[in-house]
Order: sequence, then structure tokens, then C-alpha cells
Amino acid sequence: MSSGLWIALVAAVVALGFGAYRAMTDGRFRGRRLDEAAPGGSDGVEPESEPSAWSYVAAALPTATHGERATLLQFSSAFCAPCRATRRVLAEVAEVVPGVVHLEVDAEHHLALVRHLDVLRTPTTLVLDATGREVSRATGAPRKEDVVAALGRVIT
Amino acid sequence: MTSIASPDQLSRPAGIDPRGPQFTAGITVVVLVAILATPTAVATVLTAVQAALFAYGAARGVQGTPHAWLFRTVVRPRLSAPSELEDPAPPRFAQAVGLAFTVVALVAFLAGASVVAQVAIGFALVAALLNAVFGFCLGCEMYLLLKRIA
Repeated sequence: MSSGLWIALVAAVVALGFGAYRAMTDGRFRGRRLDEAAPGGSDGVEPESEPSAWSYVAAALPTATHGERATLLQFSSAFCAPCRATRRVLAEVAEVVPGVVHLEVDAEHHLALVRHLDVLRTPTTLVLDATGREVSRATGAPRKEDVVAALGRVIT
Repeated sequence: MTSIASPDQLSRPAGIDPRGPQFTAGITVVVLVAILATPTAVATVLTAVQAALFAYGAARGVQGTPHAWLFRTVVRPRLSAPSELEDPAPPRFAQAVGLAFTVVALVAFLAGASVVAQVAIGFALVAALLNAVFGFCLGCEMYLLLKRIA
């Protein structure tokens, strides 16, 4: 087989493998801070001492307000097709669930915040609790029922 | 915070059918595989043609390409209405990313480094396949990563 056909084959395997992985993980909420703060961690870092996700947001966007019970923090960019669908889903949820605010941030214009919160792609949705702490996040467009389920773990 | 969806689509006539760019990516996949499967002389010409198509899509927007015309006249009339319209800016940016890879490949082909050229086409093929099969825009995601590094 020629080098060109080998490269075509490798490209196809990489694309299909990566695409299948993405199709499985996109839009799923995964807890981050809660898992890390679980007892049994070897380093004695107090989770309370870590600045909350919202403190970074407040520093970058002084006029923004967070939700009384939870905040859906969405990072978007100009060249992002699924951001539009994500905006619609999150806005609908924020409209229906009392005390929940949807805040969309243009990642490109708030790169310091993007680095602090370790956002790698758009759309990324962070679920923050009433105190502004990150509870879970999803990269890629989330489904409405997943957003509601992720909120359910925050709002008691 | 944001307003509710349904009037949104109507007020944004710039929205395009997301299957259009996906169809374009499908044709691009065929051309890129042809580049990898043919002898250097033919591959060089095909690379130049594909680079010109990417340049056109990046400069004029994805609605202006021959692929888009084919989609509108032949494919779309046979499909049901799209569930959601899409912003044309992301696929247009992806065309620019494709252009970068094909220009590298074209230069390498002309310089006689055909394996380098084929690797560059291979990267473009990964991106085009992801777009055609999964509707996923790799170049668009690279955008934020590059901005973060810059």
C-alpha cells in the first residue's frame, strides 16, 4: 500500500475514534470539585480555602450576578456552532427553574477567566451552587434533561 | 437571562442549514482521499483545486461555494426542514483552517516533499471526516485553544 493510502487509513481511524468518543462524552455533566473534595485525599488541601469559581467570574465581570440557588455559566465563542443550541437550552432551564441564572461569557474576551476555570473548548457549561462553587461541568452542547439533573444535585 | 428561542431563528436570516457544511465536508473528504490515492502529478492538481475551493469558502462564506449551490439545488429539496439553523461563521472559519493545510500540502508537493504533503492532507482529512460524519468542527475548537496559548 502506498504512503498516501496509509495516511488516509490512519486519518479515518483517528477521526472515527475521536468522533465516537466525543459523541459519548459531549454534553455530559461531570462533577469536579465535589469529587476532588471527597474525604480520603492524601494532600491536606482544604477545599474551603480554594477561591470559588464565582470569585473569578466576579473579578472578570464585575456587573454579573449569580443565581440565588444556582448559576449556569456558559462559555461561548464566535466560531462555535453548538453554542447557539446550548444558549437556548440553558436559557429555557433558567426561565423555568426559580433562583437559577444563565450567564453566557464570551471566552475569547475573558481569557484570564478561561484559564482560571480551565475551560478548553466552547461550549463549556459550569453548574455553580448558591455559594458560587463549581459543582459540575459539561463540554459540548448539553441536553435539557441533563441540565435539569445536574441542577437537581445542587438545589435541595 | 437570554430570550427564548423560537422568534430568535426568525430574526436571524443569516442562519444556514447545518447539513450544508456537512455536505460540503463530505465532498471535501472525497477530494482529499483522491489526493492521497493518486500519483503526485494528479494529486498536486487536485490539491490546488481544493485549496482554491477552501479559499473561496473562506473569502465569500460557505453559502457561496459550488458545494453549497449543489446542496441547495439537489440535496436540500429532498430533505425535511432543519430542526435548527446555524451560524455561518464557524464553518467559514473551518474553511480557512482547511486552506492553511492545503496550502502547506501544495507547497510541499511542488517542492517534491510528497510525504510531507500527504501528512498535511491527512490532517485536513481528519477534520473533514469529523465534520462530515459527526457535524463536528475541529478548526472551531482549535480557535479557543490557540487564543489561550497566544
